[in-house]
Amino acid sequence: MSALVLAQHDGGRLEAATLNTVTAAGKLAEAVDVLVAGRAVEQVAREAARVAGVRRVITAEADHLAHPMAEDLAPLVVQQAEPYTHLLAPATTFGKNVMPRVAALLDVAQISDIVEVLGPDRFRRYIYAGNVLTTVESRDAKKVITVRTTAFPPAQAEGGAAEMVAVEAPPATGLARFVGREVHRSERPELTSARFVVSGGRGLGSKENFRLVEELADALGAAVGASRAAVDAGFAPNDWQVGQTGKIVAPELYIAVGISGAIQHLAGMKDSKIIVAINKDEEAPIFQVADYGLVADLFKAVPELTEAIRKLKANPGA
Amino acid sequence: MKILIPIKRVVDANVRVRIRSDGSGVETEHLKMAMNPFDEIAVEEAIRMKEAGSAEDLVAVSIGGPRTPETLRTALAMGADRAVHVLVEGEVQPLEVAKLLRAVVEREQPRLVLMGKQAIDDDSNQTPQMLAALLGWAQATYASRIRLEGEELEVAREVDEGIEVVRVRLPAVVSVDLRLNEPRYASLPNIMKAKRKPVATLTPAELGVDVTPRLVYTRFEEPPGRKAGVKVASVQELVEKLQAEGVFG
Ligand SMILES: Cc1cc2nc3c(=O)[nH]c(=O)nc-3n(C[C@H](O)[C@H](O)[C@H](O)COP(=O)(O)OP(=O)(O)OC[C@H]3O[C@@H](n4cnc5c(N)ncnc54)[C@H](O)[C@@H]3O)c2cc1C
Ligand SMILES: Nc1ncnc2c1ncn2[C@@H]1O[C@H](COP(=O)(O)O)[C@@H](O)[C@H]1O
Repeated sequence: MSALVLAQHDGGRLEAATLNTVTAAGKLAEAVDVLVAGRAVEQVAREAARVAGVRRVITAEADHLAHPMAEDLAPLVVQQAEPYTHLLAPATTFGKNVMPRVAALLDVAQISDIVEVLGPDRFRRYIYAGNVLTTVESRDAKKVITVRTTAFPPAQAEGGAAEMVAVEAPPATGLARFVGREVHRSERPELTSARFVVSGGRGLGSKENFRLVEELADALGAAVGASRAAVDAGFAPNDWQVGQTGKIVAPELYIAVGISGAIQHLAGMKDSKIIVAINKDEEAPIFQVADYGLVADLFKAVPELTEAIRKLKANPGA
Repeated sequence: MKILIPIKRVVDANVRVRIRSDGSGVETEHLKMAMNPFDEIAVEEAIRMKEAGSAEDLVAVSIGGPRTPETLRTALAMGADRAVHVLVEGEVQPLEVAKLLRAVVEREQPRLVLMGKQAIDDDSNQTPQMLAALLGWAQATYASRIRLEGEELEVAREVDEGIEVVRVRLPAVVSVDLRLNEPRYASLPNIMKAKRKPVATLTPAELGVDVTPRLVYTRFEEPPGRKAGVKVASVQELVEKLQAEGVFG
């Protein structure tokens, strides 16, 4: 058994999600190779070669892969697929976009968003917004898989010494082209791998008020998340959405502020280690999953909490 | 431009499903069913394109059991012109759905397929990408803005990093995200009118597609539950609890 992991990277660095995917691949196969596609990605390839457990790094460089489109990436993965029993990518918007295209070209089913490997052809995944945990078996000769990154620890970034090979990518399809990206830059930790996450919901009432959530997050050194309602209302950017259709997070501490706890939101955060909920409605469903619930007006409680944490950080002994 | 809009009949998003007592599957009998919420957004977008004069013929298509036409009627009441029902009993998985849709595309020859990014029952998020692959078409997934510009579409995509803008050549498959639009409710007169709009029925055999599932779901379980913890009386008490958990170092 051997597995190929499609690397997610930003052109300069390997994304953390790739490391979680390598771990999942390692549970399926003795040999794990990584495919790095892009333009001038030698640095990324070297980084991938140092990841513990990687046998070989395959690099495909081409101008048209600078911002790789699924239309161009999928034929490359298919071109490389022959020797592998398993093809994997993280279940990020990157991996979710490409891998079904790969699967269809290979005429195999895709297993989406796995949370556990039970064997080379048996996996666990959630359906119905996290309400049902299933075991699924694939009879296809090749398994195309996306991996829920929070369900697998990252592989060690250092310690490996993989062989490096270069391949030629298939020509550009010309079907789609990258125009630009509106990226929300931030000094804060990345949402899906952060140790702490503070999320705000509709209860914040406005974009200005949402700053209360951001201030609490900054006091803690946390990433900021949001409910769909908060994003829809324009309080927060789309890439902060946590849930069934947003990001899946599983931090050590998740603080939900002014979030009711709809099933679609819980689907994205219920594997967090400690959940804190601050909500003025004591009947809010979020309290059914919260380890610590504070029934309070957030406009009073959140600034108080931010202040208390700032004090603690300034004076840890007290 | 003709637009094909694949829609799925699913358990309503507000209903909590139960696992059958023998663990053999999810109990969906007698539950409230609805159009997959993402697909409603796709239908709405197609209607807006028609209202803007950039589309004429809106064809809704759904693969499912004998009650599927009820959901297709919703699309017709919203404003789709006609519907195609591919009658299949039992589970059809994304690869087979994509193959059936390809066969419908070959018959209908649309310039654009607009569909949901994800079905809220299987949460697969695969079918649009698979359909695009089978057709050899461009795909623009997770759309939050779509603009027709000649022979191209400019699409803003909701990605993990923010918003990505791409241009795809037509014909193309576009999958839509939640923030593309707010779907309309069908008015009573339109619901009445929809009863007279045509719904064609096809079978997988007529379309030449084998729909045998490739994946076998062998177990259905309640996810490991979380218990409600404790209520704290004040911010001070909360901070103490978190300190005791070692959160602050
Ligand atoms: C197909 C589909 C997919 C979806 N995907 C997602 C998803 O990925 N993520 C997601 O989050 N949702 C998702 N949703 C939406 C979800 O169903 C809920 O509508 C949403 O999570 C509600 O957000 P909310 O909790 O912020 O808002 P609300 O439900 O309105 O809750 C606001 C809460 O704030 C509290 N509050 C108000 N004022 C105060 C105050 N002053 N102090 C303290 N508390 C206060 C209220 O008591 C209430 O509990 C999806 C829905 C559908 C149909
Ligand atoms: N049975 C079906 N009939 C019609 N369209 C479907 C069906 N299943 C999935 N789709 C379409 O494919 C999208 C993604 O579904 P999925 O890949 O199952 O998450 C849905 O939003 C629908 O637009």
